[in-house]
Amino acid sequence: MADPTTTVMLAGVGGQGTILAADVLAKTARAAGFDVKLSEVHGMAQRGGSVDTVVRFGDRVHAPITDHGHADHLVAFEVTEAARQLPFLKPGGRLLVNSRVIDPMPVLIGDLPRTDGVEEALVEEGVVFIDAEELACEAGSPRSANIVLLGALSTGLPFPRGVWAGVIERRVPPATVEANLRAFDLGRRACGEEGECLL
Amino acid sequence: MTSELLSGNESVARGAWEAGARVGVGYPGTPSTQALEVFARMDDVYAEWAPNEKVALEVAAGVSMGGARSLVTMKHVGVNVAADPLLTLAYTGVGGGLVVFVADDPGMHSSQNEQDSRNWGPFARIPVLEPSDSAEALAFTRAAFELSERFDTPVLVRATTRISHSKGVVELDGERVVPESGDYVKDACKWVMMPAMARARRLAVDARVAALSSFAEECVFNRAELRDPSVGIVTSGVCYEYVREALPDASVFKVGLSFPLPAEALARFADSVERLAVVEEAEEYLLGGLLRLGLAVDRIDLPGTGELSPALIARALGAEAAPVRDRVEGLPPRPPLMCPGCPHRGAYHALRKAKAIVTGDIGCYTLGALAPLASMDSCVCMGAGVGMAHGMRLAGVGDDRPVVAVIGDSTFAHSGLPALANLAYNGSDATVCILDNRITAMTGHQENPVSGCTLQGRPTVEMDLEGVCRAMGVKRVRTLDPHAIDDAIAAVREEVAAKELSVIIFRAPCALLIREKEQPYAVDEDTCTACGVCISIGCPAISRLEDGRARIDITLCVGCADCVKVCRFSAIDLTGPACDIGGV
Ligand SMILES: Cc1ncc(C[n+]2csc(CCOP(=O)(O)OP(=O)(O)O)c2C)c(N)n1
Repeated sequence: MADPTTTVMLAGVGGQGTILAADVLAKTARAAGFDVKLSEVHGMAQRGGSVDTVVRFGDRVHAPITDHGHADHLVAFEVTEAARQLPFLKPGGRLLVNSRVIDPMPVLIGDLPRTDGVEEALVEEGVVFIDAEELACEAGSPRSANIVLLGALSTGLPFPRGVWAGVIERRVPPATVEANLRAFDLGRRACGEEGECLL
Repeated sequence: MTSELLSGNESVARGAWEAGARVGVGYPGTPSTQALEVFARMDDVYAEWAPNEKVALEVAAGVSMGGARSLVTMKHVGVNVAADPLLTLAYTGVGGGLVVFVADDPGMHSSQNEQDSRNWGPFARIPVLEPSDSAEALAFTRAAFELSERFDTPVLVRATTRISHSKGVVELDGERVVPESGDYVKDACKWVMMPAMARARRLAVDARVAALSSFAEECVFNRAELRDPSVGIVTSGVCYEYVREALPDASVFKVGLSFPLPAEALARFADSVERLAVVEEAEEYLLGGLLRLGLAVDRIDLPGTGELSPALIARALGAEAAPVRDRVEGLPPRPPLMCPGCPHRGAYHALRKAKAIVTGDIGCYTLGALAPLASMDSCVCMGAGVGMAHGMRLAGVGDDRPVVAVIGDSTFAHSGLPALANLAYNGSDATVCILDNRITAMTGHQENPVSGCTLQGRPTVEMDLEGVCRAMGVKRVRTLDPHAIDDAIAAVREEVAAKELSVIIFRAPCALLIREKEQPYAVDEDTCTACGVCISIGCPAISRLEDGRARIDITLCVGCADCVKVCRFSAIDLTGPACDIGGV
């Protein structure tokens, strides 16, 4: 039986804005007429730890979380976190990764080396890298990298741009609406429907 | 009819609001915190943070005795603190409806243990409701107030992380209805729990449990869903949704009222399926209940700790695992860390210099236990560190290395006060550091008795920490800014050398409360000797290059200058045209 529910995992580092991105995604799915569930992590991990947020939509969604091998889309805000959460992505699933590395404390202090070959491993899994920070700056708000990534994700989801834009307008600080919409469109342009990189 | 995406916590707040709760009181704790924060912003309610969960429940007990409805919120370990009033409020019963919302944390995302709050049901003999999603969190909380008054009992609404922090679609068609609260009528037999009265109330408790047990049989929150009779699964909470996802054809008994269990309905369900299994997280609460009812349960192989998931459940019942990509091996872990500019860093640096054994406590400062600071030796529960410092001295530890307790401001108000009174009273010579960042930071910045502001934003008094310590009889009390690193080192050295109890209050606001960042710093690579001292304070803006020298990420640096002060070679300086070197 085909699973009628679509599952998106957003992975990143505490403080990167994954929770806001997940909220925008969930509200967009809802506005487009789907049943939606979202699960996020608050607390300790938000202090710079690994955070993953799951959004699922379909006719009727039961579980708010997902399992290894079940996510249709993995959007990672950071390269190491992409690799860490990779087992969640279905074979054939879509892998979008912000090409940014944030070293965790054991690496910063030299206790552990940076892992070699992470980018290469992601390439083998069919990754599309997006320089979300750079596109966010281009859009006029360095803090809109999360919205750039949503723009990239949006090309693979069945919601019209107008629905996304309506939710973004309501959800981000009023002064940053324009920059965020530009960020969304830059992300959208960076990623084709097949997940191919268009830049 | 309008619908909205709400988290379980938001739904609990809404349910209490619709039920006409006039007062909300609690103590923060992940994953429960937003329930009270959201309630506090609703129309026509009063809400406050109490210093701890016991006080919160006692405030609500007064509201209830006064005839109005109240919501109490806390995390699972909070119920331990509130257990004393809870187990006797089970005897007194209520006036106005009294609902305790408690959020458990299976898998310990943000907790020190994994205890299962459903057990308070049979222990206290009070009803426990377990919603499975946001819509039920609203409906069950609302109904909990009715049950509380109908059966004259406090009611526990139990969530878990995946209920509290998951969002789902909730219909918002309920209106707020505030019941008339009657006049207070003196009733010593109900509210004065001296032995003679308590013995009578103890019988009332039994009568209530009997009445609740027959109510459980018809309660709509318990539901048998008969599908394929080859397997029947008894489950509750978020696990119900996992079961529906994993095994859409299985018969399910969904338990919504987890105490008391509906004995007859469960027996009928057991009869109608060939194989009876239980799916639950945390403890084997439902399993124990079914076994006590004498039902034959087929034990399936699920982990006894951590969270469940649809795939785990499907596999335990015989499904094949989905194909999974290989892990990328050798990835460094990413533990949580103290933010750039965090005032706790300077205090730990000073304690490490003094080679202190640190009995710690819970809050952001617990992160001082991790590398590279690695300067905390214990963390048990809120308030434990102060008593443990005294105990370590009694065990004879600390003649060659000092024993120091650290405790945050919120934690000090929560349960550090009686602990410090004990140290003063019994003449301990330990040193206690209060890490006062003016706020309850770990759980997301809730106001507390030192903050000068209430949950609903009213200005209020700030607890005088120095005055409190002196009033308890502590003679050596001093206050300093932990960013003044040299002073901090000197103060710790002096106080641990003193042969009597001393308190050092390290006072500086949480770095996240400071909106305006200072100018970032950079490392002069010619002057840096690769000594590693700045690396050792564990700032996420500072990293170690291959040759051992340091580098500052100016996008993360907030200019607190702690690293400048620990550097003995003056290799760290402000960025800018004149010294634009080294830092990136
Ligand atoms: C009994 C209990 N209630 C609540 C919590 C959740 N909790 C952990 S630490 C903490 C307070 C931290 O505040 P503070 O002591 O001021 O330290 P900070 O995080 O600000 O450094 C809370 C509410 C808990 N662990 N145990």
